Parts: sequence; structure tokens; C-alpha cells
Amino acid sequence: MTDLVGHEDVDIEATLNGKPLKRRVKARQHLADFLRQELELTGTHLGCEHGICGACTVLIDGRSVRSCLTLAAQISGKSVDTIEGLSQSGRLADLQKAFIERNAAQCGFCSSGMLLTAYELVSTGEAASRAEIREYLSGNMCRCTGYHAIIDAVEAVIAARTAGARQS
Amino acid sequence: MLFDSTLSLKHNVQIMKARNFRYIRPDSLQHAYRILEENGGDAVPIAGGQSLLAGLNMRLSAPKLLVDIGGLKELAGQSQRDGTIRLGALTRHGELLQSDLVRKQLPLLAQAAAHIGHVAIRNRGTLGGSLAYADPAAELPACSVALRATLVLGSAAGEREVKAEDFFKGLFETDLRPGELIVAVKFPAPQANTTAGFAELARRRGDFALVGLAAMVSARRDRIEGARLVYFGCVDRAKVAASVSVAVSGLAMPVLDTAAFEREIRQDLTPDDTPGLRAETKLHMATVLTRRVLNSLVMQAAS
Ligand SMILES: Cc1cc2nc3c(=O)[nH]c(=O)nc-3n(C[C@H](O)[C@H](O)[C@H](O)COP(=O)(O)OP(=O)(O)OC[C@H]3O[C@@H](n4cnc5c(N)ncnc54)[C@H](O)[C@@H]3O)c2cc1C
Ligand code: FES
Ligand code: FES
Repeated sequence: MTDLVGHEDVDIEATLNGKPLKRRVKARQHLADFLRQELELTGTHLGCEHGICGACTVLIDGRSVRSCLTLAAQISGKSVDTIEGLSQSGRLADLQKAFIERNAAQCGFCSSGMLLTAYELVSTGEAASRAEIREYLSGNMCRCTGYHAIIDAVEAVIAARTAGARQS
Repeated sequence: MLFDSTLSLKHNVQIMKARNFRYIRPDSLQHAYRILEENGGDAVPIAGGQSLLAGLNMRLSAPKLLVDIGGLKELAGQSQRDGTIRLGALTRHGELLQSDLVRKQLPLLAQAAAHIGHVAIRNRGTLGGSLAYADPAAELPACSVALRATLVLGSAAGEREVKAEDFFKGLFETDLRPGELIVAVKFPAPQANTTAGFAELARRRGDFALVGLAAMVSARRDRIEGARLVYFGCVDRAKVAASVSVAVSGLAMPVLDTAAFEREIRQDLTPDDTPGLRAETKLHMATVLTRRVLNSLVMQAAS
């Protein structure tokens, strides 16, 4: 059976949270399971595993993606950021502080995905209305907060960041 | 239904719901063609994976070999030449929203892309993937028919071109032959006097449409001269709604009375009764949506 095309185990080389990553992964394993089970990075959560809930959101090359709808094999040559890396680097600090101040995280199940999607939005450096924030976060479900607190937190961070940018 | 809770509760059980498959990332388009040809029905291309991987996770299909075309440069990029806009199959939904070329020349696609899923889905899902998947409730197949697009299809045997209106054959069924890939989609630059109209109704933002309409309409002053209306949802495939398109031509705008095209909507649309929503309700929604789209063109003209 050696002449079969393709492999069930795939060698990948990627950047994960700023550090080089070299691994052999199962072709059928999605990125969320790879992060959680192989690397024990359990901050990326799994809700639905078919793209609906947003709990598994990570960044690939700076863009938000569903890690349940991405194969681990597909990150080769790319740069992946998870909640762990972005927290430790301090890049999420203002969003996290705003979430805590406004009680925008309750059980916390949605929070990592919510923060990463919000991070992609605030990183554009552009102002956004409440309606635009709502639309941007519409693919991330939260069963606790009723969303208003989350919108408040993201709005505050965007206001602070755009004000900071104007001053400097 | 989607979760095996006994599996997910046991901590150290591997939860990989997709069946085993092999994976390969071809180096070039020709390489991809060769793999697809040699492996026949065992091989399935994967582009953005936003429909395919959801299906694999739910074990709705079990391909033996995934051919990852997501990195092929030959399938990427956007260009314009001699009044034709060519979008590579790997054009992401998010790029349709952001590309200046698309927003200026093909605003219908930019309007439609805003309704596809959510930002993370749009960051990965591709034009080629959406057309190949041919969901009857998807936006882009309908837009490509409304815009008179031509699909460039390639395989080891060479390339051929198929008009979008001949490409969609039925429910999730297309003219793609075994081993064939969508390479690019070509759009004629719309005529100066035609305007794009788009609207859809969905239960929630980002869901597939219950009913939607992609329209290219030409008008002189306040009278509709010609229309090419393509509905999604309530149809089995993307096709021109021939009767409604004829019925609205000649109407004065704003359109206040829908009687002029209600009967034709019943001819062109084939909604089913679904839980909580009768076919009759969907026909009513389609009628209201049609009036809204037509009248949005008046607003566009005025502004
Ligand atoms: C939560 C969620 C919400 C969504 N909402 C919407 C929505 O509102 N509207 C909508 O239209 N879509 C929606 N989608 C689907 C999304 O648009 C997909 O991106 C799209 O349907 C498929 O594109 P893809 O690149 O991801 O294709 P893939 O998933 O990679 O492939 C889909 C199919 O097309 C084939 N294929 C892919 N590329 C090619 C090619 N170039 N040539 C030949 N065959 C090819 C594959 O073999 C596969 O059979 C949603 C998806 C999710 C997960
Ligand atoms: S677990 Fe990925 S979107 Fe729900
Ligand atoms: S905080 Fe519990 S799901 Fe959002």
C-alpha cells in the first residue's frame, strides 16, 4: 500500500504563539483538537464543532478562523495565535480588563473566542459603531451575558485605542 | 444529535469525528489535476473547508484523500482586462467585501458577501468552494447567474468554460466532471445603465437565507426596462426567475402594488413547507422582498 498518494500523518512546520512548531499530526485531526489534546492549550474551547458557535476561534496569519473547521495539517507555513499566547504577550490586556470591568465574562466558555474576534476588530485601528461591533461579533455565541456587556467592553476599548492613536 | 456526549465527557478519548483520510498539498495546479485524475472518486478537493470540514466532522461524507488546493497560486488573485473581471476560485468571501475592484465593478458580490456566515467563515470560505458546493440557499451561485458569469473549469484534459446558468444542475448538483476544478470565474463588467439589487431574509444574521434575491436591473427614468432576477432559498438551484423577470419589466418605480408579479413568483419559486414556516409564508416573503429590492434601486438612483 506504499504507492497510495497522500498521508494519514502529516509533518507540519508553523509558528504558534510566536514560537516555531514542528510536529507530525493526524491528517483528520482538526486544529482545535490538536491544540487542546496534543499541546494541552485548552483555552481554545469547543462547542459545536461545525462552525456555528465561535468558541474555537483562533487567529491564523492575524485573521480569525474556526479551529474546528481547520485541519491541523493546514497550518503548515502559517502563524497561529491562541488565547494563551495573546494573553501572555499582553496584546489582549486592554480587552481583558474591559471585559472584567463590565462583567462581560461570566462562565467564560465563549470568552476566548469572543476576545480573539474582538481583537481582530480592534486591531484594524478603525472606529466602529455599536451596530458594527455587534455585526462583527455575531458569529460568537454567548449563553450568559446577553451580549450587551461584551459590546460595551469592546466599544470602550475601541474608543480608548482610537483616542490614543489621535493623540500620538 | 451532533455530539456523542459519552465520548466528549471522557477526557482522554481522542475526539476526532472525521473518519480517517489521507491528505496531500499539491505543488501546482497540474499536480492537483494529476492527483485528482489518478485517484478518481477517492479524492476530494478542499479549499476553505467551511462546508467540507463541517460535513466531515458530522461524518456526512468520508473521502479517502483530501487534496488541499488552498495554497495554489494559479487559483488565486483578481484581475480586469477588456471589460472582463476575473476572480480566482480561491477568492475569499472576505476579499469580495474588501476588494476595490469588486466593490466598484461588481457591487452585487460585495453586498452578497456581507450576508455569508460570519467574519471567521468569510476569512476562509472561497468563491470556488461556494459555487462547487451549490447550496440552493447560498448567495454566490445566485449572484453569478445574475451577473452572467462564466466559470473556467480545468482538469488534466485541459480547460473549458461553462456559463453559470448552465453550471447549476439541481440541488447541490453541478456540471463539474470527475477530476475537474473551478479555476476562476469571469464576470462581464455590467452595463452602465444596470444597477445591482440584493436582499435576503434569514432567521439570524449569518444564517443561510430563507429566501433571498440577487437582481440586475436596468431602468430609464422611473421605469424598469429589463430585469434579471435570481432567487436563492425557495428554489432547487440558482437560475433566472424567468417569469418574474419579464413581469417586472415595464413597471413604474416605486413599485407599490405587488399584484403585477405575485402569480409569476408562484411559477418560478418552489418552496417547501418546513417546520414553523409554510410554503405560503415563504411566497409572501419572496413577494415583499422583490418589492423591497426593486424599490431600493430607486433609492440608489436618487442618492
Ligand atoms: C457557520 C457557517 C455559516 C455559513 N453561512 C453561509 C451563508 O450564509 N451563505 C453561504 O453561501 N455559505 C455559508 N457557509 C458556507 C461557506 O460559504 C463556505 O465557505 C462555502 O460554502 C464553501 O467554500 P469553501 O471554500 O469553504 O469550500 P470547501 O468546504 O473547501 O469545499 C466545499 C465543496 O466544494 C468543493 N470545492 C472547493 N473548491 C473547489 C474548486 N475550486 N473546484 C472544484 N471543487 C471545489 C469541495 O470538494 C467540496 O465538495 C457557512 C458556513 C458555516 C460554517
Ligand atoms: S466549536 Fe468551532 S465554531 Fe463551535
Ligand atoms: S460567558 Fe458564558 S457563554 Fe459567554
